[in-house]
Formats: sequence, C-alpha cells, structure tokens
Amino acid sequence: MIKLTNHSPPVWEYPKYEPGEPVGLFIPCYIDQFFPASGEATVELLRRQNVPVEYPKEQTCCGQPAFNSGYWDEARRVVRHFCDTFEPYRWIVGPSGSCTAMCRVFFEQVDPDPRIVEIGRRVVELTEFLVNVLGVTDTGARYPHKVALHIGCHTRRELGVVDPPMTLLRSIRDLEYHELPNMEECCGFGGTFSVKMAGTSLAMGRTKVENLAKCGADVLVSPDTSCLMHIEGLLRRDPATRHIQTKHLAEILVADE
Amino acid sequence: MSDTSHLHGAEFLKSQTAGLSEPAGSKALGESTERSAKQVREMAATIPQWQDWREAAHRIKRYAVAHLDKLLAEFERNISVRGVTVLYAADAAEANRLVIQIAQEHGVKRVVKSKTMVSEEMELNHALADVGVTALETDLGEYLVQLAGQRPTHIVTPALHLSAEDCGRLFADKLDEPYTAEHKALTDIARRHLREEYLRADMGVSGVNFAVAETGTIAIVENEGNAGLSTSAPPVHVALMGIEKVIPRIEHLPVFLNLLGRSGTGQKLTSYTHLIHGATPGKKMYVIILDNGRTRALADPKTRVALACIRCGSCLNNCPVYRRVGGWAYGWVYPGPIGSIITPQLVGLEKAGKLPFASSLCGACAEACPVKIDIAHQLVYLRHRAAKEPSPVRSMAERLMWKSWAWSMSGPLRYWLTMTAVRIGVRLAKFLPWHPLQLGAWTRGRELPRVPKATFRGNWRHNEK
Repeated sequence: MIKLTNHSPPVWEYPKYEPGEPVGLFIPCYIDQFFPASGEATVELLRRQNVPVEYPKEQTCCGQPAFNSGYWDEARRVVRHFCDTFEPYRWIVGPSGSCTAMCRVFFEQVDPDPRIVEIGRRVVELTEFLVNVLGVTDTGARYPHKVALHIGCHTRRELGVVDPPMTLLRSIRDLEYHELPNMEECCGFGGTFSVKMAGTSLAMGRTKVENLAKCGADVLVSPDTSCLMHIEGLLRRDPATRHIQTKHLAEILVADE
Repeated sequence: MSDTSHLHGAEFLKSQTAGLSEPAGSKALGESTERSAKQVREMAATIPQWQDWREAAHRIKRYAVAHLDKLLAEFERNISVRGVTVLYAADAAEANRLVIQIAQEHGVKRVVKSKTMVSEEMELNHALADVGVTALETDLGEYLVQLAGQRPTHIVTPALHLSAEDCGRLFADKLDEPYTAEHKALTDIARRHLREEYLRADMGVSGVNFAVAETGTIAIVENEGNAGLSTSAPPVHVALMGIEKVIPRIEHLPVFLNLLGRSGTGQKLTSYTHLIHGATPGKKMYVIILDNGRTRALADPKTRVALACIRCGSCLNNCPVYRRVGGWAYGWVYPGPIGSIITPQLVGLEKAGKLPFASSLCGACAEACPVKIDIAHQLVYLRHRAAKEPSPVRSMAERLMWKSWAWSMSGPLRYWLTMTAVRIGVRLAKFLPWHPLQLGAWTRGRELPRVPKATFRGNWRHNEK
C-alpha cells in the first residue's frame, strides 16, 4: 500500500516492486472507448520493463464522474466494483493521473471501509510507476517533433506527480520541447464541470489553447487523456489550431521515428 | 458589470450566480490576479520554512476552532478588564441592532469604517442608513466601491475591477474633482476627502484579523493607515469579528502575520500592524463577536476547517474560475473558492448550493492556502451535501441518471452495452441538427472525440488469444 507522508504538496512512500510481479492494468473507461492507442502504448511501456501486464476484464470505471458531481452513494457502488475487480493485484497501474487520484485520494471519502481504502492506495499513475517505483528515466524513444507538456491538475496537485512525466519527456531523443506558458493553470475540463459550467470551462480551455498556439508546439502530450479530450475538442473546432495534435505521453514514449 | 447596490443578501445571491457558468470576462481581472498569484508563489519559493509555517498555522487554527468556547471566554475576560465591552451576536440582524444601540447611546451621526468583511455580511451600512447614521468606507478600495454604489469584487482588493480611468471618472462625477488617471493624484484626492472625515466622525468601525485570547488583544493589519485612524480618532470604536478569529496565544501571532501579508498582497508584512488592547484613554471601545452561521460549519467535523480561513484572498487570485467570472458572480460577500465553501454554510445550502459546483476541482486554491484548508476536497464534500439536502441543485432526474450510470458501471456486460450506445451516439451526433442538454453544452465550443474502430478491450481480447 502506498503511504502518504505529507499532504500539501503530497509526498508518497511506495512499497518495493518485486521483479516479475504482475500489475493489474487499469484502463479508464474513456481511454478504453475513445483512446485505445494510449492504453496500448501503456502495455508496451510496461512490457519493455519486463513487467507482466494483466488486464482484468471485469473493470469499468473508477467512479469519479458521480463522485465529483456529489452523487457519492452512486459512486460507492462503482468504487466497490473497481475494488472487487482489482483486489488480486498488489500493483494497479493506469495511464491517467485523474483516475489514479480518484482511487488513491478519494476512495476513502466515498467509502471508509479499510479494504476499499487499501485497494485504492495500490493504484499508481503510469509515469509515476515508471520513474518513482521502477526508477526508469529513459524509455529509449525518438520523437523528432515540437512538443509541449500538459500535466492535469489531479496529477499535479492531488498526486504531486510533476517530475516523472517531465523526466521521461526530457529523455526522448530529437524532441524539441516547448514550454506551455502558465502551464500550472487548469485547462477547464473538470469532468462534469465542462458541461455544467460550460461557458467558464470553455473560457479556461481557450486560454490553454491560446498559450499552446503561442508556444509553437505541434503536439501536446499529457499523462491525462481526459484534459486532452477537452483540449483536442477545442483545437479541432478552430481552423487556426487544427494542425496541433494531442497524444498521451505514453504514445510518444514508445515512438521511434 | 452592472450596478448591484439595490440587491441585498439572498436576493443578490439568487440573481447573480448565473455569472458562474457564463463569465462576463474581464481580461484585466485575469491578468492582475495571475500576476499577484505568481508573485506570491515566487516569494514563497524563497522561504525554506514556508511549508512549516503553513502547517503550524493550520494546526493552531484547528486547535482554536476546536476550543472556541474556552478561547472566546478567555479573550473576553482579558480584554474586558481593560474596560472594553464585549458583546455576542447570533446573526447579522442582532449584530446590526447592537451597533445601532451603541451608536444611539453615544449620539453618533457619522461613522468611519476600516475594512471589515463581517460588516459586509451584516450589510451594516444599509442598517445604519435606515436609522439616519452615515457610514463612510475609508479603505481606498472600499471607498471607491462605495462611491460607485457597487459591491466589492475581491475580499482584499475590493475595487480590483476598476481601472485608474474608472476611478478618475468616479472622482470627477461624485466628488467634483478634475479628471485624472494618475495614481498618485488619485490617492491624494481620496486622502484629502477622507482625512476630514476621521475628525468629524463620532464612531469608528473596524474588523479584526486576529483576537488573542491569552492577552485580550485584537490585531488589525492594513496598508493605508486608515484602520489606525478609524480605530483611534473617533470617540467610540466598535470592532466586529467572527467567532473564528480567536487564536490562543500572542506567540502564535507572528506566523499568521508572516503568512497573511505574503499570501494576500505579496508583502513581507503589511505596512501597519495594530495591536489593540483597549480603548484610547478617554474613549470607548466595543467588540462584537458574530456567529452568523459559523456554528453550522463548526457542527460538521468535515467542514469545520473552513473556519481556519484568515481572509488573505490567495485562493481567489489562484482560482482560474474566479479569474474569469469575477467576484460578483458568486452572489454574496465572499467570492472565489473560499466563498464557495463558506457561503453555503453561512447562508445555507438551500440558497447557495450551486456555489460548490463553480470549480473544476483543480486544487490551485488548496495549494495556495496559507493555512492549508483542503478547499477542493471541501467543495466535493459540499456537492455531496447539496445533492442530498434541500438545495437548488438537488434533482430527482439527476439522481436517477447517476443511479442508472452506477448500475451500468457495475458489470462488464452492462458496461459494454452502455458504452456501445455511447459510441453510436457520439458517431451519430454530427448528423443531428441540434444538440440537447449536456451534449449541447459540450459541442457549443468543442468537437466530440473521434470514435475509433475498436476499443482497448476489443483489441486486447483479439491480441491475447
């Protein structure tokens, strides 16, 4: 179980990963349905580190949409299903900081049952697992493009995972890094916030897109596909930004172009 | 932004929260808050003990909030031995009655006020006007807002929405001064008009930043000297404070002063820090301690921490939503993330249940909070309560929607059926002439994601065979 040693900013203490230990692969619902390439790149990255990957087919969602909307009783049902599904695994790895934060930080609010809390505390975000747990700093990728990085707010502030995606990105050969101005500010996705407070969400998203266009990157990568879904939607709407692509960080960490 | 002076309390709340989802957009507000947030972050980064200060302040406040009964009594005992009268008010109406009573007892006609957020909660200026007493704001920002007949947009910098040009026009219009947009000339005008008022006033009203139980001291921080004058020049001084302002010991004060100046305005220390132990000789002093819904926040162990707030405004400056919607959109005295967690507790979820939803839950507020209030987590918790308790967001339709969602996410076959329907829906959406509800809210400014041929699980099954 991963232990919280400081809460603001969060600092975690990880158990030791024993070589050959299988990880339960957690592919969040929207990645499964709309962005399977991110999931497949995740599998590839883990296998290259000789980590056996198992994908429990019973899995659905972490419960975050209902939790963030205030419907905790409904979220609890889904959280319990998640825990039943992943209980056999000591390590649960997923390519989404936001869903990881739901499991690790928020499960205990939905359901204080120690079993639920303990299983939630086994969930690790992909880049965090690679860098903080396995000690990987270079995945051997080559990606000759102009790339900017966006770190989702749950990844950044609930998990405190900022260095791992940065470290891995910097290791990529021939990559031209363009820093996103004001990169700490939220992109405005916020789950159901994006439709409940659509005007405000869009105003925040437009700022992000303006900054992205300003920094000159052709590709925006992130450990958070949910933010990218919102940013990509905005980019595609405007002919001036349609050329900018969005990709999960894992996809360029396995690239060899 | 429109003139809102005619709106009071809950009426104001009801009419304004529409601005949370459709921001009016003020570029200047966004830029100035972003600038000040950055300044504070950079300053904090140079202080190795910053996180320790935050933790210490958090613990002191948690202790104080848990021992209010004892600490308030101790504070009262220690300040009243020096002739200060301490009064308690359960709500805004009672507090107004007390202030009016004091004013009438001393034959007060004119009041000067330094900054007090509690008086905004009470709408004290209106209450005094009703009994023929004039109240004048002396904090420059509050003065401008009062002249303009508006409400503050920010708890620390109330006139953040006004440009120098706006101020020049306001002075020309209301004070018959020649127009100028030059900063020094503007402050000189304000100073000239205000100076006379301190001498003419019969009573001064102030807020309280910290009330020290051990010594019976009230601490007031400010930058303009107006609080010093308002509390000492007139014959009567009334200090207004919420019950949560008390801290146990005088040695606890420095950590808060260190955090408050830096978090609020990026200053190492505010220009003035007043420690008031009693009335100026020959004058009279009162302290009114107000509950006004605070014990509601205290009653729930999960929300109690909100009472640790020291009103620095840092969460406002760091909030991407506040930056775009401005202070008035929150509909009451306290805007921004802290407003979204305390307003529902002070005025009730039935009036302010919508506020906790005005957040993307990015957590920039909690990261900036000098007393480590987990504001983002509080917001989600209050959403949970707003969905259950009487509130403008509680809806049977939405509950049913989430119930069916929970059912469909509790097994792989149901998940497959639901998601297949979603995929078909997303594919067909582009053929619809009009997008209803949430779909429309998404597509009014964004494209829907492209639907790939296969899902991850489909490919996995195929490849792992």
